[in-house]
Amino acid sequence: MGFLGNVAALSRFQFAMTVAFHFLFVPMSIGLGLILALTSRRYYKSRDPQDLAHLKLFVKIFAATFIVGVATGVTMEFAFGANWANYSRFVGDIFGAPLAAEALFAFFLESVFLGVLVFGQKRVSPKFYHASAWLVWAGSCLSALWIIIANSWMQTPAGFKIVGTGLASRAHITNFLAAAINHSTFQRYFHVVVALLAMGAFLAMAIAAYYYLKKKNLDFAKKTMRLGVVVGLIASLLMLPLGHLSAVQVADTQPEKLAAFEGHWNTGPMDMGILGWVDPANQQTHSVNVPVKGFIGLLTNLDTSTSFKGLSEIPAQDRPPLQATYQTYHFMVVLWGLMVVLAIAAFIMDRKDRIKDKKWAQKILIWAPLVPLAAIQCGWMAAEIGRQPWIVWKLQRTADAISPSVPASQIVITIALFIVVYLLIAIIYLRVVLGLIKKGPQPELAPAGAGPAEPAAAIADGSDGSDPEDGAGDGAGAAKEAN
Amino acid sequence: MEATPLQLLWFILIGVLLVGYFVLDGFDLGVGILYPFLGKTEKEKALMRVSIGPVWDGNEVWLLTAGGALFAAFAPAYATSFSGFYLAIMLVLFALIVRAISIEFRHHDPAWAKLHDALFFVGSLVPALLFGVAVGNVIRGLPLDAYGNYTGGFFALLNPFSLLIGVVGLAQFILQGLVWLGVKAPTDSEVYARAKKLQTVFAPVVAALVVVASLATLFWAKLPMAGGLPLVLRWVGLALVLAGSVASLLFSKKGRDLAALIASSVNCVAMVIIFAASIYPNLIPATKGASITIASAGGSNTALLAMTIIACVGVPLVLLYHFVIYRAFRGRVTPEDLNY
Repeated sequence: MGFLGNVAALSRFQFAMTVAFHFLFVPMSIGLGLILALTSRRYYKSRDPQDLAHLKLFVKIFAATFIVGVATGVTMEFAFGANWANYSRFVGDIFGAPLAAEALFAFFLESVFLGVLVFGQKRVSPKFYHASAWLVWAGSCLSALWIIIANSWMQTPAGFKIVGTGLASRAHITNFLAAAINHSTFQRYFHVVVALLAMGAFLAMAIAAYYYLKKKNLDFAKKTMRLGVVVGLIASLLMLPLGHLSAVQVADTQPEKLAAFEGHWNTGPMDMGILGWVDPANQQTHSVNVPVKGFIGLLTNLDTSTSFKGLSEIPAQDRPPLQATYQTYHFMVVLWGLMVVLAIAAFIMDRKDRIKDKKWAQKILIWAPLVPLAAIQCGWMAAEIGRQPWIVWKLQRTADAISPSVPASQIVITIALFIVVYLLIAIIYLRVVLGLIKKGPQPELAPAGAGPAEPAAAIADGSDGSDPEDGAGDGAGAAKEAN
Repeated sequence: MEATPLQLLWFILIGVLLVGYFVLDGFDLGVGILYPFLGKTEKEKALMRVSIGPVWDGNEVWLLTAGGALFAAFAPAYATSFSGFYLAIMLVLFALIVRAISIEFRHHDPAWAKLHDALFFVGSLVPALLFGVAVGNVIRGLPLDAYGNYTGGFFALLNPFSLLIGVVGLAQFILQGLVWLGVKAPTDSEVYARAKKLQTVFAPVVAALVVVASLATLFWAKLPMAGGLPLVLRWVGLALVLAGSVASLLFSKKGRDLAALIASSVNCVAMVIIFAASIYPNLIPATKGASITIASAGGSNTALLAMTIIACVGVPLVLLYHFVIYRAFRGRVTPEDLNY
C-alpha cells in the first residue's frame, strides 16, 4: 500500500501542505500590517489625499492577503480534531486553551477592525480609522503569539503531568503559565515575528521598485521605498541576535534537533556547515564549513570546545528525517545572509537616492521578496521536521497521533480537494493582488468635480436599473472607478 | 462520575458561543444562500454583499472560538466528532474557505464575477445544511469503540433524522438572512421587498419544521433523553421557537425590522437550548460503546480555571468590538457604502 495506505503519512502530508500554503500568506500579512499602520500614521499626520490613496492601496493588498491567511488558517483548527484525534485527546487539556485564546483575543480584534479598514473610511473618524490600522496589526501579532505558544509547547513541553497509560494517557496541565511561557516560547516568537516584519518590508520595497521601473506613482514609490528599506534593514539585522537565542534554546532543550540541523554524527565539538549533504549510510556529513572548528560551541556557549551529542548516539527510530532537516535549516541561514546583503545595499542606495535610476536594482528588488518568503518557509520546516518523529517532544510520536476512525481513502480525497482549492486560491490571489498593484494608488476625485459624478450616478440611480444585461458591466465599471 | 461545576459552566459557555455563531454568522450565511435568488442585478448583489461585508469575518470567529473552546474544555468530544465526521467537516471547511475568498475578492475581480458568485452561494449553503446534519447525528447517537472513535462510516451519517435536522437548520439560516436584509436593505429597494415577502414563508416553515423534528425525535432518536430540567428546557425551547417565528413575522409586518431580527434570533437561542437539553449529560451519546459525557470528557480543573480567566478577560473585549463595529455600520446600506 505504501504512502497511499498510510494514514499517518497522508495526514502529515496534508497538514504540511496546508500549513505551508497558509504560512505563505501569514508572513506577508503580518509584515504588511506594520507597513500599513506606518502608512496610516503618515496619512493621519499629513491628511494629504495622496497619502490616503497610498494607504487605501495597502489596505486592499493587506485585506486580500489577510483573508487568504484567515481562510486557510481555519484548516488547522479543524485538522487537529479531524486528522489528529489521538493527539487532540492527549494534549487537549493544554493545547486547546491557546487556540481558544487566539480566537478570543486576536481573531475578533483583527476581523472587526479589518472590517472598519476596508469598509469604514467614510463611516468613522480619521482617528478611529488610524487606530483600526494599528489594532489590526496588533491583533495579527497577538495571533502569532498564541499559536507559537501552542507550537512551542509541542517543542518544549512544560507545566504538565501525564495521567493514565497507552492510548488512554492524557497530558494534564499543572501550571498554565509554565506551559504557556515554556523554554522556547519567547525565543521562537520574536525570531518568527521579526522575520515576518522583514517579509513585509521586502514587499513594500518590491512594490516601490516596480513603480520606479514603470516610472509611475513616483510619490508612492519614494515614500514606500524609504519605509521599506528602514524596516527591512532593522528587521534583517535583528535576526542575528534573535536567531542566536533560538539556537541556544535548541542546543539546551532539543540537542537531537541541533545534531540534525548540522548533520553532527559524533559527540564532541560541533562545526557550523554552510552548504552540504548528509550521508546517513556512512554516518557522515560532507559540507563546506565556517573555518572555525567548534563554531557552534562558540555561538551557543562562547567556547569552541563545547561538546554536543552526536546523531550516532541517537537510535535511528528517534532521529528526524536528516536530509530534510539539514537542508531546510541551511537554506534558511544562507537565505537570511542574502536578505542582509540586500537590505543593507537597498538602504545605502536609497539614502543616496540611487534606486530610482538603476533599473538593475529595481529588477532585483521586485523579485527580492522571494528570499525572505523562502527563508521563512525553510525555517519553519526545519523547526517542525527537526521535531520528528515526535509530535510532542519525547511524549507522543507523530505516528501514534492519528485519527483511527478516518480511512486513508478519505484523506486521499481531501488532499486532492486541497490541491484543487488552494491552486484556485493562489491563482485568484495573484490575479487580484498583481492587478491592484498594477492599477496603483487611486486618489479619490474631488467631490465637486465634473468627472466624478459618473460613478456616483451609476450607483445612485436606484433599483430601476434600466437594462439588466448591462448590469454586470455597469456595476463592475462603477466598482472599478470607485476604487 | 459527576461533572464538576467548571465542566458544567463550560458546557453552557460553549452553548453560548454556538448561539453567538448561529445568530451572527446565521444571517450572513443566510444572505449567501439568498444571494442568487434575491440579488437580480449587479447593484442588488453589491448591496447584499456590502450588508455583511464589514461583519461576516468577525461573525465566523464565533465558530472558531467555539471549536477552540470545545478542544480546550472537552478534547475527547472534539476529537471524536471532528474525526468521526471527517468528510463532512472537510466539506464545511472547503465551503468556508472558498466563501471567504469569494466575498473578499469578488469586488476586485469583476472578470471572474460569476465564479465568485457561485462560490459565495455554495460556500454558504453547504455549512448551513451540514451543521444541522452533524447536530442530528449527535442527538441520534453514534457507535463508538473503546477509545471513543466513531465506527459507523460516512454514509451512515446521511440518515433521514439527521437530514431533517439539517433542513431545520438550513431554514433558520435562511430566515436569519431574510430578517437581516430587512434591517440592512434600503426600504425602497427590490431586495428589501423580496426579503420581506419571503419572511412570511420562512417564519412559518421554521416553526412547522421544528414541530416535525420534535415529533421525529420521539420515533427516530434511539437514546432516552434526560428528564427533569433538560426535559423542561426542551419544551421551553420548542415554545420559544414557535413564539420567535410568530413574533418575527408580526414585527416584520409592522415594519419593525430590528425587532423581527431579534425575534428570529430567539429561534437560534432556542434551537441551541433544545440541542443541549437533548444530549445532556452527554456530549456525544453512544449507541454502541460508552457515551462521551461532560464529566468523562471534561478538562482538568486547572485547565478549565485558566480558560475561565481567559474568558473573563476576553469576552467583554469581544462584546466591546462588536458594539463598536455594529455601531459604526448601523442603519441601512447607503449608496455611499457601496462606494467604499
